[in-house]
Amino acid sequence: MARVIGGIATSHVPSIGKAIARGWENHPHWKPFFDGYKPVHAWLDEVQPDLAVVVYNDHGLNFFLDKMPTFAVGAASQYKNADEGWGLPVVAPYSGDARFSWHLIESLVADEFDITTCQEMLVDHAFTVPMSLLWPKPGWRAVPTVPISINTVQFPLPTPTRCYKLGKAIGRAIESYKKDIRVLVIGTGGLSHQLDGERAGYINKKFDLLCLEQIVNDPEELLRYSVHDLVRDAGAQGVELLMWFVMRGAMTGQVMEKHHTYHVPISNTAAGLMVLENESRGRRN
Amino acid sequence: MSLKKPITEATPGTIIYDGTRAIRGYALNKMCFSFNSAENRDAYRRDEDGYCDKFELTEEQRQALKHRNVLELLEAGGNIYYLAKWAGIFGMNVQQIGAQQRGISEEEFKEMLDRAGGD
Repeated sequence: MARVIGGIATSHVPSIGKAIARGWENHPHWKPFFDGYKPVHAWLDEVQPDLAVVVYNDHGLNFFLDKMPTFAVGAASQYKNADEGWGLPVVAPYSGDARFSWHLIESLVADEFDITTCQEMLVDHAFTVPMSLLWPKPGWRAVPTVPISINTVQFPLPTPTRCYKLGKAIGRAIESYKKDIRVLVIGTGGLSHQLDGERAGYINKKFDLLCLEQIVNDPEELLRYSVHDLVRDAGAQGVELLMWFVMRGAMTGQVMEKHHTYHVPISNTAAGLMVLENESRGRRN
Repeated sequence: MSLKKPITEATPGTIIYDGTRAIRGYALNKMCFSFNSAENRDAYRRDEDGYCDKFELTEEQRQALKHRNVLELLEAGGNIYYLAKWAGIFGMNVQQIGAQQRGISEEEFKEMLDRAGGD
């Protein structure tokens, strides 16, 4: 049977992608940030995932306001990146695992998550930047992925509790997959930041540090926050914490924190990174 | 629902991009979404008015675009993720977008972000 081996949450700020494209990893401004990912590379080398479920939010590359799914799951054998309009270089396609995707889709819908299935799905910087951070060139190892996009563009957004429950359903789906594979769940986005309105540039270090602690030890305490509370305390785009809640919900057993970093600012954002190892209790009902 | 009704927010200076805004800004956002294509960005650069005509933008939206004013564009229903594609046409980065909305210089905005890490 498949196992959830752990989870990673990381920011996905576009400027990180630009820095990677320009080879600025050792530039004095960037080095402390990129160095924060070295322990993650060592951990990934150790745990050797076979597949990654990547939970992110599309920023208007694949989805427009004409049709805006709350939860969309990729069901393709390949996912392409494309021009987002403001200059981030397009990166090579990522391989998918359509067989696993359809198992996940069957399981989620049976679990009463009426998701949208996507046989074509462009993945934006919120998917590609974390992948580049976690598997940088030249050490690139093409782990197949299943992208899951969550609407954070247009309200109403799913509640923190709903996202956590989605994570739990993803965890159950993974551990009911018959193939013996090691699955990593990645949640991207956050931490506090705000791009629009007179409060643009809002960062809340105190709240971010609270989240970094409670995500590990007491995630259900964070579910007391409404989406509007998150907007207030983490900034309008800080609601991307929802992706962290999905990742955390997908951890099926005993969770051990392996690593975290917090770095302010990257562009307009408080950047966070967290690695959780999941000691699976095996198949659950 | 009235398109002219002022929108009040629970957190001052912070937008909840809800259905009212999504209705108001649909045409503007649709145009901005088209800027995922380099060809469309070039077409806008060549003939801004002509390009706006194709999307049937309101006068308020056209004026906000002419003013290159992000707060006006938000008020006209623009969504920041789509507006970012429009701003990219002029090479505006997110610090410049933030500084403009705050009414401060880009340097002041960056200093504010740096200070946020030290509190």
